[in-house]
Amino acid sequence: MFMAAAIALLVSLGLVLIRVLKGPTIFDRVIAGNSIGTLSVLLLAVMGYVFGRPEFIDLAITYALLNVIGTIAVLKFFRYGDLGAGEDEAGP
Amino acid sequence: MDTALHILSWVLLAGGGFFCVVGAIGIIRMPDAFTRLHAASVIDTLGVGMIITGLMVESGLTLTTARLGIILLLVFFTSPVAGHAIARSMRHRNVEPVLFEDRTSGGK
Repeated sequence: MFMAAAIALLVSLGLVLIRVLKGPTIFDRVIAGNSIGTLSVLLLAVMGYVFGRPEFIDLAITYALLNVIGTIAVLKFFRYGDLGAGEDEAGP
Repeated sequence: MDTALHILSWVLLAGGGFFCVVGAIGIIRMPDAFTRLHAASVIDTLGVGMIITGLMVESGLTLTTARLGIILLLVFFTSPVAGHAIARSMRHRNVEPVLFEDRTSGGK
């Protein structure tokens, strides 16, 4: 039963990867990349059960932390053109 | 009792996998970035919620369940933040939503 969930997650990863490659704007790629991060967290957790080693869940926690930070860093770069810019100095 | 828990876990895992595939199809099929964001949130709520809950039911009252709960809380709090940041960044760069899709002209 874990194998079925893992296969479903792999199929979803393949479908989302098509959007990353095709996406017309940068935001489509960011949305699809964020979904790839979430699906990878799920795949790591499920693979821990498939192999009988629940230690994989620690890797999933780390990946979930890195995923949101990476998404927000990329968005801030494409919004202000500078990772160090603040809200007030860059303007709308 | 044990069989009932296994069946509940199987149902939750299968439902979570189904919703992940549905969200991925939505990300491919939807016409513009705002509706793709809507489809991506299916993966972040129902996909993550059902799969992680299914794994928690499978492992019982152990330390593994606590770690899975940490993942659940983390994704539940951070994925709306990421979605809000994406939508706000799109408005900032003047990305306009598609308000009309012509479906009558046969295919794409």
